[in-house]
Amino acid sequence: MSALLSLRDVSYAYHNLKGETPALSHISFDVPQGEFLAIVGPSGCGKSTLLSIIAGLLIPETGDLFYKDQPIARGNAGNIMKIGYMLQRDHLFEWRTIYQNVILGLELNRALTQENRDHVTQLLKDYDLYAFRDKKPSELSGGMRQRAALIRTMAIHPDLLLLDEPFSALDSQTRLNVSADIAHLIRSTGKTAVLITHDLSEAITLADRVLVLSRRPASVICEMPVRLNADRQDPMAVRNTAEYRLCFNHLWEVLTNEQTAVQPA
Amino acid sequence: MNRRLSSQPDGISAEQQLFLSAHRRHHHIITLCRLLLIVIFLSLWETAARRQWIDPFFFSSPTGIAAYLYQMLSDHSFFMHTGITLLETIASFLLVTLLSLLCATLLWYIRGLAEILEPYLVILNSLPKSALAPLLIVWLGTGTGTIIVAGISVAVFGSIINLYTGFTQADPEMLKLIYTLGGSRFDALRKVILPGSVPLILSSMKVNIGLSLVGVIIGEFLAARRGLGYLIIYGSQVFQLSMVITSIIILCAIAMAFYKLIQNLEHYYRKKY
Repeated sequence: MSALLSLRDVSYAYHNLKGETPALSHISFDVPQGEFLAIVGPSGCGKSTLLSIIAGLLIPETGDLFYKDQPIARGNAGNIMKIGYMLQRDHLFEWRTIYQNVILGLELNRALTQENRDHVTQLLKDYDLYAFRDKKPSELSGGMRQRAALIRTMAIHPDLLLLDEPFSALDSQTRLNVSADIAHLIRSTGKTAVLITHDLSEAITLADRVLVLSRRPASVICEMPVRLNADRQDPMAVRNTAEYRLCFNHLWEVLTNEQTAVQPA
Repeated sequence: MNRRLSSQPDGISAEQQLFLSAHRRHHHIITLCRLLLIVIFLSLWETAARRQWIDPFFFSSPTGIAAYLYQMLSDHSFFMHTGITLLETIASFLLVTLLSLLCATLLWYIRGLAEILEPYLVILNSLPKSALAPLLIVWLGTGTGTIIVAGISVAVFGSIINLYTGFTQADPEMLKLIYTLGGSRFDALRKVILPGSVPLILSSMKVNIGLSLVGVIIGEFLAARRGLGYLIIYGSQVFQLSMVITSIIILCAIAMAFYKLIQNLEHYYRKKY
């Protein structure tokens, strides 16, 4: 599989008058076309900074990004590839109906064609939101809102999906169901996705491969492919497999070693 | 019968009806107390004036005020003076709303502009606006234009600061969403900042209408031959206290009416969104 996205030696630091805070240090990895990659790491290690760099919202201080082996000019990611970004909260606008919310990306991209409208309508039907298209976001449950946020992201036909802990605001049962739904949608459409999470179970259940980042400044300390003999649509079935337990134990060990190895005296 | 399970044919439980009637009773008592307070105040005032406990020449009396109001209505001067004050206030208010929205938008949109202008805005906002009125008369002369500018000067700087502060407090994640969906800063403005700030704009309008009225009255004190502000200053100079107090009462009614109007607009918006 050729790499859709590659990062080479990417480093980034935040600056203020008190000094600089290194966030990322020499990060390199590839994301092949169609892969679902999960990135885990300790809290505050710079996972969201990494996604912002991939999305072109931040410009790396050193290092390069490549889209299909073509270098991406600094901060130009959004112009070269279509990026769908799901944030921790759904951020549906209360002053818009669900339908107006899901077509927001199409409006911004001036792509409100009949074909795209039909696509959105189909997605709303597929994910049981069609009956709620004229409702306000506050009238929907957390799970439904997050599904609407995913449809808003998918409506623009993204080449790459960036998921920044999109299930963290949901209760645990809704979280399992919504994450399975979202993973199904991503897999069925063959989209390439990068998921940031601090939940090891979520990473193993959803992803084809898991990258582990170190404490800040983050660097890649472990890379683990996930091969499961279970229906990924059923999160409980996945969690009951021996492969899942092996993966979980391995990741747990890596993260625990990372925590203890670099604890200041 | 179990009280908790009791219900009425119209679908409202007995407990709910009890709650509703208690609520209505409370509401009626409050209204009655308010009315009683004003009746007692007016009666005391009238009695004090008639029995010469206070000098009616300086303090007027409710019947004196009613008589003056009737006279104003008969000779149509009520409509002329109230109309001009209303017109100037509405013009000031609309211009304040428009100008402050425009300036706050520019301050948010052009990075660095707010940092440059912030100290000037703070100084202009802190300045007692009545101190500007003599300058306005020298620069603009006397007349409606000067009074409208006086009305604007009282409200506009505070409104700009208030709106701009509100704009900067928009959820940064919502702006990030716009940028990740391929939107520009202008898109962030029209899709997030402005629609998300409607409640703030409405509450700012509530403050502005009162301040515009204050500014217009200050302007009319100094540079008018018509209007309620003029009546107040003229009445005090010729010791016609009925004229002064009647004008103040009309001003109270205008301020209340404007406030209610914007409050209704706010309720309509909340109901719709």
